[in-house]
Amino acid sequence: MNLIQYILTRVGAYFVILFIGITVTFFLPRLMPSDPIEGYINQIQTQAGQTMDPEAITKLRQSLRELYGLEGSLASQYVNYLKKVLLKFDFGPSLSGFPKPVSEYILQALPWTAGLLGISIVFSWLIGNLIGLLAGFFHNTRWATVLEVVGVVLYPIPYYILALVLILLFAYVWPLFPLSTTIRPGPISLEKIRMIIYNSFLPALTLVLAGFGWNVLGMKALSFANKEEGYVKFARLKGVPPRTVMFQYVAKNSFLPQITALALSIGGIFNGALLTEILFSYPGLGLRMRTAVGNGDFNMLYGTVTISIIAVATAALIIDLLYPLFDPRIRYQ
Amino acid sequence: MKFNLRLKIGITILAIFVLASFLLPFLNHVDPTKQGSFFKNLRPSLEHLLGTNSQGQDIFWFLIYSIRNSLILGVSVSIATTLIATLVGLSAGYIGGWYDRLMMILTDSVISIPSFPILIVLGALVRGNTSFMIVGIILAIFGWAWGARTIRSMALSIREREFINTARFSGSNRLEVIFNEVFPYVYAYIVVGFINSILFVINTEAALAVIGLSKVEIPTLGSIIFWALNYNALFTGQYLWVIAPVVATVLLFLGLFLTSTGYNQMFATRRGHA
Amino acid sequence: MIALNNIVATYTTVRGQVNAVDNVNVSIPNGNIVGIAGESGCGKSTLLKIIYGDILYPLSLSQGSINYGIEGKNGEISTKDIGQYWFKRISYIPQSSMSSLNPVVRIRKQFLDFLEPGQNKKAILEQVREYIKGLDLPPEALDSYPHQLSGGMRQRIMVALGTYFKPDIILADEPTTALDVVVQKGILLLLMEIQEQMKNTILFVSHDMGVHYQISHKMLIMYAAKVVEFGDSEAVFKAPMHPYTRMLIEALPTIGDAKEREGVSGRPPSLWDKLVGCRFAARCPFATEVCKTEEPEFLEHQPGHFAACHHVDRVRQA
Repeated sequence: MNLIQYILTRVGAYFVILFIGITVTFFLPRLMPSDPIEGYINQIQTQAGQTMDPEAITKLRQSLRELYGLEGSLASQYVNYLKKVLLKFDFGPSLSGFPKPVSEYILQALPWTAGLLGISIVFSWLIGNLIGLLAGFFHNTRWATVLEVVGVVLYPIPYYILALVLILLFAYVWPLFPLSTTIRPGPISLEKIRMIIYNSFLPALTLVLAGFGWNVLGMKALSFANKEEGYVKFARLKGVPPRTVMFQYVAKNSFLPQITALALSIGGIFNGALLTEILFSYPGLGLRMRTAVGNGDFNMLYGTVTISIIAVATAALIIDLLYPLFDPRIRYQ
Repeated sequence: MKFNLRLKIGITILAIFVLASFLLPFLNHVDPTKQGSFFKNLRPSLEHLLGTNSQGQDIFWFLIYSIRNSLILGVSVSIATTLIATLVGLSAGYIGGWYDRLMMILTDSVISIPSFPILIVLGALVRGNTSFMIVGIILAIFGWAWGARTIRSMALSIREREFINTARFSGSNRLEVIFNEVFPYVYAYIVVGFINSILFVINTEAALAVIGLSKVEIPTLGSIIFWALNYNALFTGQYLWVIAPVVATVLLFLGLFLTSTGYNQMFATRRGHA
Repeated sequence: MIALNNIVATYTTVRGQVNAVDNVNVSIPNGNIVGIAGESGCGKSTLLKIIYGDILYPLSLSQGSINYGIEGKNGEISTKDIGQYWFKRISYIPQSSMSSLNPVVRIRKQFLDFLEPGQNKKAILEQVREYIKGLDLPPEALDSYPHQLSGGMRQRIMVALGTYFKPDIILADEPTTALDVVVQKGILLLLMEIQEQMKNTILFVSHDMGVHYQISHKMLIMYAAKVVEFGDSEAVFKAPMHPYTRMLIEALPTIGDAKEREGVSGRPPSLWDKLVGCRFAARCPFATEVCKTEEPEFLEHQPGHFAACHHVDRVRQA
């Protein structure tokens, strides 16, 4: 497979996934037995504590249907939806923050999620793979076994448990960090950056720890198997010092599958990040999603979900497209 | 069969959880979800092993029922996901061609589309009239893809082997070949996939429940934490209400993970010797 | 001269210990290509490992010693310190060039692995470039990744790596097995040419007697962990002393011979069993009662031609 073919396949798969994802978010609410608009009207009525005038209800229903893009045939609704989402990045106004458009809320939340996720993925991937490499390369030493046990214990612990334990330990028992995120709006200053780091530390630590076991175990298995490869044995027989064997031979080859694995699992990591944000009240996409559910703000909900799908698919695509930089077998053919 | 250390520890943990959560409820005659059954905030004692919470519920019994319900959900949904995964994986790997490509696009999409946001939407849409059953169905929709992927690649590698061709030329039909010749080889992967799926289902339901988007009225490993957080268990110092389910979850997941990787290891070494 | 003195090489496994090389006692004169032949599992590769000094658990040198006849920094080199002279004085050419080159690192970098601190990278690379030109390799091959080269070019790179320092001893473990016949021939000629120039000793393992016939000056035949015959190739091919060697040679096709060839039938004994008598007896057409009870000694029957058989004369006359 040559480079161009590789890129085309990945980009093609990207659009297929985008298409399926956006289509699913379009059809999901329309296939559901419950009508979100009726739900919203009921909610308004109960909040108002009285029944509304039937004519007003019909009007409200009508305008809501237009707002939601529920007018016309399913096909034309679908085409309109695609146009609005893909070309104009328009998800309509937020219902709880009317008339501020959903896209504005999303643009506010996105950097938080991207920053938290990006930094913690990089840390967890680098540290986890380095430790996994050492544990796999020196697999018959005692501390390699200790590291493996740590990896095995951390691996299956879910995000929400890690988040709770960190909150319990470092926000209640030793209150080193805040319980939930509070960052005052304002221009960027040194003080503000300090606040952001202080507030982001525990959520980021949750994500790093959650990915740690996965990376350590994966890399350990890969580098352990890689030690049996002919070129590693030959390097040893050439008299290459162990350090060089480890970094030039074992590491350079074993970390390639870990890049592909990262691209595949980025969706799962993203899921964990959303959950972590909600538990730490961190102002990213996850928290937006959760509050949108609480407020019955369906425009916001679909907007954030659609953006999530696009963001995850794009992140995976970027990793896939970076891959040839590390693997000459795809770069030169 | 020689069990390795991982499998031994894993199966021991699972056996304790299954036996305790399914047999102990016969000894209990008080509905653990009912509020005000006991005095509030009792310390752990022989009568209340983990004490009671601010709602007058016995934390130990609430936990036992939570584990049982999570296990029931995990196992029953995983039966469904494993069936789908096996059918999709075997048929795609064996039939190949356009069918395989179609199935793989579907599988890869389910894997790479982040499931949690969509689960949140579904949770929001069916909220109010959700049942435990619907939660299960929703989880099944997302739970089958990884398994299908592994089973397909296994089936692909087996397809080219000698004995399959022999069976094909001797006139067996496709279904017969799949079930008599391919199935025994992917059996181990199906078992591992089944256990991993239990882990996924219990974890995802619990994650949804913790943020209040599952059927939280039913005690599960997630909803017990939801209620604890909801009634500010940490602020009011009822640490056991949170710590007990956290420890139980970690142990249960460790048990499942060790069983699945231990079984995989055992099967790999057995194949190696054959 | 490389002297192998009563070498016993042992693998330790869960089932117990097994001797993969059992009491080998041979002296190899310098400046020869020595062909080592035998079925897989006969101990050829283990013998190479022992000579190379690549003795890692579960393998051990449980008895005997090797004199390499090479002077190192602290007197004569032994199996203990031979590791310091790898590729400088003794080198190794592996079987598969594809799997022996790091797929994600350029060839030139794999040459620079040898670089000692303080050496000039550029100057060394220039020398290497000059050197590989002499091996019929384009100088750009150094800047390629392994997958960009053909199988023949990759194997030439392996030869270049193994001969660059003009080592005294070169161990080649089936270096041409994975190649097609034409390419194989090119590599063999190259090795012969280099040996002619550098006068090093090449121990050349191959199961292919045809290859040995082309390049080996001396032949060493192994069977079930033992050396059964050793001598000049010419003598060995013309008049083998051991019935096993005879079977190997007879299995070779010759031009103009339409007779169907018999392969070597039967299988060697398991090294796990308690072995009494000659290890080849069960497959041997010349075997008599004495072969089943008494192990034949490895003796010099003609000047420079050794064999371990009770019936050398009968085998030679047949």
